[in-house]
Amino acid sequence: MTDKAKLFFTKEHEWVELVNDDYVRIGISDYAVEQLGDIVFVELPELKAELSAEDEFATVESVKSTSEIYAPVAGSVAKVNSALEDEPEKLNEAPFGEGWLIEIQASEAVDVSGLMDSSAYEEYVSSL
Amino acid sequence: MTTTYDDLLFEISKPGRIGYSLPESSIEKTDLTNLVSDHLIREEPAELPELSELQVMRHYTGLSNKNFGIETGFYPLGSCTMKYNPKINEDIARYPGFAQIHPLQPEKTAQGALEMMYRLEENLKEVTGMDAISLQPAAGAQGEWAGLLIFKAYHQANGEGDKRRKILVPDSAHGTNPASAIVAGYDVVEIKSNKEGRVGVEALKAAVGPDTAGLMLTNPNTLGLFEVDIVEIAQIVHEAGGLLYYDGANANAILGKSTPGEMGFDVVHLNLHKTFSTPHGGGGPGSGPIGVKDYLKDFMPAPRIKKEEDEYSLSYTHPQSIGRVKGYYGNFGVNVRAYSYIRSMGAEGLLQVSEDAVLHANYLKARLEPYYETPYKDHCKHEFVLSGIRQKKLGVRTLDIAKRLLDYGFYAPTVYFPLIVEECLMIEPTETEAKEQLDAFADALIDIAKDAEENPDTVTGAPYTKAVKRLDEVTAARKPIVVYQKN
Repeated sequence: MTDKAKLFFTKEHEWVELVNDDYVRIGISDYAVEQLGDIVFVELPELKAELSAEDEFATVESVKSTSEIYAPVAGSVAKVNSALEDEPEKLNEAPFGEGWLIEIQASEAVDVSGLMDSSAYEEYVSSL
Repeated sequence: MTTTYDDLLFEISKPGRIGYSLPESSIEKTDLTNLVSDHLIREEPAELPELSELQVMRHYTGLSNKNFGIETGFYPLGSCTMKYNPKINEDIARYPGFAQIHPLQPEKTAQGALEMMYRLEENLKEVTGMDAISLQPAAGAQGEWAGLLIFKAYHQANGEGDKRRKILVPDSAHGTNPASAIVAGYDVVEIKSNKEGRVGVEALKAAVGPDTAGLMLTNPNTLGLFEVDIVEIAQIVHEAGGLLYYDGANANAILGKSTPGEMGFDVVHLNLHKTFSTPHGGGGPGSGPIGVKDYLKDFMPAPRIKKEEDEYSLSYTHPQSIGRVKGYYGNFGVNVRAYSYIRSMGAEGLLQVSEDAVLHANYLKARLEPYYETPYKDHCKHEFVLSGIRQKKLGVRTLDIAKRLLDYGFYAPTVYFPLIVEECLMIEPTETEAKEQLDAFADALIDIAKDAEENPDTVTGAPYTKAVKRLDEVTAARKPIVVYQKN
């Protein structure tokens, strides 16, 4: 499981893990998963799809609602967690681990200055 | 052993059992192979269930007894306007002149039916403040889609079809709005509601531009709140070159009080199966007529009803029309019922419908306010939202509250919608309920709120009185079985 303390977060509850300067893994937070309830379907992008920041790249459907997931950083889709297609429950069980969504190869070093760190995100969530 | 009629017809079936024995035919038998070519004839007979007539009757009567409808009990399903549908509508729809005509018979022999359609259009013009109506769309979402095709045709006629690609939709909108926009080939831009639960004028100003095709809005919105800035909203969208679409799902709140036309909308749909008391959901098909202002008339679906002196006809020659959106002329039988409702209520009666619907909703809201979080404090229109966040902290979720209501004999309200309200309950009592009924429902919700504090297990374990308890929705959604599998 990824160490939550090392992740960066958006206000829309996506998380970003800096694997390398220009390579990130992306998922959605435990708070987002809790809000969605039991997740029944995850639609992921094609490999090599080019994403701009804030592009919608995935859809997560739960028994309650359907949510669009937005790219926190720009780049090319390097990996998708296709295990979620058959086992969407992984996203409920381990949103920071086996429930990751995609990995993005950026063209330059990823700038995380616009994102929240883990403690800022905790604070943000408790203000909701 | 007694057969319980929960079994499927296929499970009750016994080989060789039959419902009817037909007498020997006097017509000479012909072998099927003489009539149909070999490759169309199945090699093994179809596996049809074999039962007696009585077994079939008990099976379906058993199912019908399990059904819950407005005639069984209170049905406060927010945004769906589950009002009682007066039986006079059924009488009128069964008049032979309406029930036994064929859509392809000569117009001269169906003048009464055409006149009814013409008059219904005239009535709906008045209700909506629009200049032309088409009765074709079969339901609300199809009306939305047809209306957006009219947006498109309009922008194309102005040479801006390629440029205006975006439809603005508030985050409290019915899911059909963004869905219809996508099906009509548009991109959707979501507008965030302000703290009061309405479209923020500033957010809207920031979102409109030369790429705006239009805005879709429900008024009152899905929180049951009237968009008080609607005139300014319309102005902002129009000045940007866009059009306004009125989702008529909540028209039950405004009859005789205001019209979408007055508010500045260009295209509307009405859900006759909501506001105008026609059968709903499993009880029958819907009807979602659309209305437009004068400058959009030419784009309306064809054929259109035409009246010349005292003669009615269908006119097909409309070169700019978006075309036909449904076979024949809409769900005719449903439209007859709506016309019967409008005529039996009259203008005064329809005004009272909205006044009572709003009164009932505000009464229930006031009774429930001490027990449930009310995220929006303003007076509501015909429906309102509660949030179950207090109960959630006690381990009782809105889903549990909804399930517990079933034990009290009520249909559950809409839950978890609109999406912008956490643990949402969306309640629409409609005008057709007596005060005692509203009180009984409020009492039940108050009981449940008390149980959430004192005996939460009572609520989380519900329902106790129903044939089926909690269904495994999660497995059903994750691993659906969509085709009957015989054991």
